Amino acid sequence: MIDWSIIAEALPAFWDGLKTTMLLLVIACGTGLVLSIPLAVARVSPHRAVWGPVWLFTYVMRGTPLLVQLFMVYHGLAQFEAIRESFAWTALRSPWFCAWFVFTLNTTAYTTEIFAGALRATPSGELEAARSFGMSEGAIYRRILLPSALRRALPQYGNEVVMMMHATAIASTVTLVEITRVARDVYYNHFAPLESFGVVAVIYFILTFGMAGLFKLIERRALRHLRPTASGVA
Amino acid sequence: MTAPSSHPVLSAEGIRKNFGAVEVLKGISVEARRGDVISMIGASGSGKSTFLRCLNLLERPTAGRIAIAGEALALKADGQGDLEAADAAQLRRLRARVSMVFQQFNLWAHMTALENIVEAPVQVLGLPRKDAETRALHYLERVGVAHRKDAYPAFLSGGEQQRVAIARALAMEPEVMLFDEPTSALDPELVGEVLRVMRSLAEEGRTMIVVTHEMAFARDVSNRVVFLHQGLIEEEGDPQVVLRTPSSQRLQAFLSNTQR
Repeated sequence: MIDWSIIAEALPAFWDGLKTTMLLLVIACGTGLVLSIPLAVARVSPHRAVWGPVWLFTYVMRGTPLLVQLFMVYHGLAQFEAIRESFAWTALRSPWFCAWFVFTLNTTAYTTEIFAGALRATPSGELEAARSFGMSEGAIYRRILLPSALRRALPQYGNEVVMMMHATAIASTVTLVEITRVARDVYYNHFAPLESFGVVAVIYFILTFGMAGLFKLIERRALRHLRPTASGVA
Repeated sequence: MTAPSSHPVLSAEGIRKNFGAVEVLKGISVEARRGDVISMIGASGSGKSTFLRCLNLLERPTAGRIAIAGEALALKADGQGDLEAADAAQLRRLRARVSMVFQQFNLWAHMTALENIVEAPVQVLGLPRKDAETRALHYLERVGVAHRKDAYPAFLSGGEQQRVAIARALAMEPEVMLFDEPTSALDPELVGEVLRVMRSLAEEGRTMIVVTHEMAFARDVSNRVVFLHQGLIEEEGDPQVVLRTPSSQRLQAFLSNTQR
């Protein structure tokens, strides 16, 4: 049976873990969002010198597991004396910095490809119309391409954020005490899987549904130009 | 900024266009003077849409000269056998004076009808947003869709979308309007509302070049008709003459096909 006293006792720890999980998610996805918009624009450039490096970056980041990337930065870079003695070491020995750095690069790679796909899916006629009126390339990106593409990318982007939220569990491997780590501690202290991993599963589940609902709300607003049922059309 | 009446509003000389080995336009010259309504007709594949799209460089011509309101558009080789604008700023400036209406409307889907019309005058002409909105409402009224100003394109009928697109083109207050088969994508019962708007624009004295399959429009509204056949002008002139008594066999055949 479920031992509620274990859960009650562990709740403050779970609450702290939840704050760590959410903070990591927000800083990684926030930075990733800011980085991936210009990278997506570069990714769809007709010039190889521009899209090539971005392609290579997303290819490598998406081609290796997040856990491996995190280990390579957190444990791997420490092997080099030059790095340990350099200024960067103050940041690189911090698990927070490593987690933020790796999670950001990882989500940036996926988000860049999502946005690039949405940019490519912009109807060419809309771009021709903008050009035909003498709009500059900058104005076309700012006013037509990006607003249209970022809206179109929302459902996929929402998925990416939820996946990243689940992926924050990996940060527990570099000593960050987020909810999965809290669950593991509770498990080792009491050997009570239901009261530890069961609880953390429920927390992830609630977070997932909360976020999915939030993105649904945003989509309903941002994609209302695509929803014929909501209009006053008879 | 009115050009002296001796200048054509738009002139295109010897426009050629190759797609690979296929010569789509073999040297076409058209000149539009203020108030001209020129209908370009011809079978599909005759090159009439390509010609129209060369005028504002949506398509890069292989050869030829283009001048708008007496100002020659500077062209240079693009390295792939075609010509591109030598001066991007000049191209944008001239494009702003030549508005196009597209077969597929090409409204910006994430903007309401009103926002669609406000956009280019604000971004390109630098109009204050308030003035652009006043202007947009005026032209929405003009084409009879003011009551739909807050609707997104996906919620508008094809005829309404095309009328919004015409209002969008009008809001630039262009020297000349290019219409690329504006009724071809419309359900038959919606063609009339768009043609009525275009007819009233012609009656206002606007300069228009219209690629169309609507022979009645070509005959009754335009003052010149140009018949293209395989990338060349086969016959041109007063529509009352050219369309009633075509001299070339090809135009005779084309007209008897379209009037079936």
